[in-house]
Amino acid sequence: MATPQAHHLFHAPIADHSFSADRRTVAVARDNNVELYQSSGSKFTLSDELKGHEKTVTSVDIAPGSGRIVTCSQDRNAYVWEKTPTGWKPTLVLLRINRAATFVRWSPSEQKFAVGSGARVIAVCYFEEENDWWISKHLKKPIRSTITTLAWHPNSVLLAAGSTDSHARVFSSFIKGTDARPEPSAWGERLPFNTICGEFLNDSAGWIQGVSFSPSGDALAFTGHDSSVTVVYPSAPEQPPRAMLNISTRLLPLNSLIWNGENEIIAAGHDCEPYRFQGDENGWRLTGSLESKAGAGAGAAREESALNMFRQMDLKGQTTVNTKLKTTHQNTINTIRPYEEANGQVKSFSTSGVDGRVVIWTL
Amino acid sequence: MSQSLRPYLQCVRSSLTAALAISNFASQISERHNVPEIESGASPELILNPLTVSRNDSESVLIEPSVNSVRVSIRIKQADEIEHILVHKLARFLTQRAESFFILRRKPVKGYDISFLITNFHTSSMYKNQLVEFVISFMEDVDKEISEMKLFLNARARFVAESFLTPFD
Repeated sequence: MATPQAHHLFHAPIADHSFSADRRTVAVARDNNVELYQSSGSKFTLSDELKGHEKTVTSVDIAPGSGRIVTCSQDRNAYVWEKTPTGWKPTLVLLRINRAATFVRWSPSEQKFAVGSGARVIAVCYFEEENDWWISKHLKKPIRSTITTLAWHPNSVLLAAGSTDSHARVFSSFIKGTDARPEPSAWGERLPFNTICGEFLNDSAGWIQGVSFSPSGDALAFTGHDSSVTVVYPSAPEQPPRAMLNISTRLLPLNSLIWNGENEIIAAGHDCEPYRFQGDENGWRLTGSLESKAGAGAGAAREESALNMFRQMDLKGQTTVNTKLKTTHQNTINTIRPYEEANGQVKSFSTSGVDGRVVIWTL
Repeated sequence: MSQSLRPYLQCVRSSLTAALAISNFASQISERHNVPEIESGASPELILNPLTVSRNDSESVLIEPSVNSVRVSIRIKQADEIEHILVHKLARFLTQRAESFFILRRKPVKGYDISFLITNFHTSSMYKNQLVEFVISFMEDVDKEISEMKLFLNARARFVAESFLTPFD
């Protein structure tokens, strides 16, 4: 495995990041703004800033086809940014929520996006031609706490959501006029808006931090705050799932996960490094970390000046302070996303974290 | 380091490392606010079970984790009246300077001598392992400090008594 490509953009947490389809631009959420970085050679340089939110931006997503950027923030708003010759133009989305917006993702069809919020609703937003604005419909029941994460099914109708009430749920977000009727699947046959196609409780009732559908959409995986990953294989509509496998680990909680094919999951979180899980319906297991710790990671080149040494001796009574972690990321990883994929097989993926780094990993 | 101190500190270290898996989380009760959930206590589902690590009945650590903040309270050993006064004075000295300690809570939790409140903003601006290290080294040092102060106090008392009684002989 090649060494990961680390880009240290700034010293502030990155809540979320998203690459454009050509992988030349990356949008990162930094405090109240979203910054766009353009790749030039092996580095990323700041090219644009999307200003408009008044509180911490919690999530950002670039639609691969249209290039539109959707952002949401703790100020309860979401904006859709479109590129015009004079710069990026924001359009306010009518979310109708009264608490922080926590998570946003475009549907694969790019006709809709879903915004999770602390108001115990998911706003499914779509464009209304007559009035020329983005409006939303709410998925309300039976959410009992903040939505922490969302994931779209490949058919753009089913939506998985994880919440701090320890449930991962699968909803139908079918909107007449925008969506084509979806093909019946194991999740459901008739799917009017707000149909609950699945509701799964984490084994030890931990908060759900990340959800993801497998490339085919026939399996759902989610991570909980009890450091476990759960994989669910649905059987038929209204039936209990065919298999629900819980992989508990001795790691710190995992925040985000992606599928690589149908038999592999890559997840990352508070341990600051990505882990690989493998298995199928008969059983899943943790196969190990994707980080080779033989090399001392990104922190190897450490400045060791005499001044620094004496300062350490003065302050702490020891010459060296071991602050650097052995991992590439130096703090919690918030988001993991596929970077390069073909037919559901991930060739490389990107992670971003609280340490202000975006790292591209090759499998 | 004494035999029982090492496993005690090790236990606090690993519990604290696990408890510090916190993230930015806006309040779901009050609009446009972002408060430490452990302090507001308004949403029971966002607060995890508190954990007490005790070395003996006079020394213990209480760790109260939540989704975006962790409260760590320490009970310092107080064998006699003098130590009780010394701990009280030291805790007061520190809490009056709480701003410069960032994670120090102005008021300790009931039943404990000193409390720290670590939020996701602290873990994002400081190294998490160093934060844990800070709490551990604080626990290590505070015992040493108190017994040193007690010795000093006794020595000074003896000196004062002697010089007070000199005129009489």
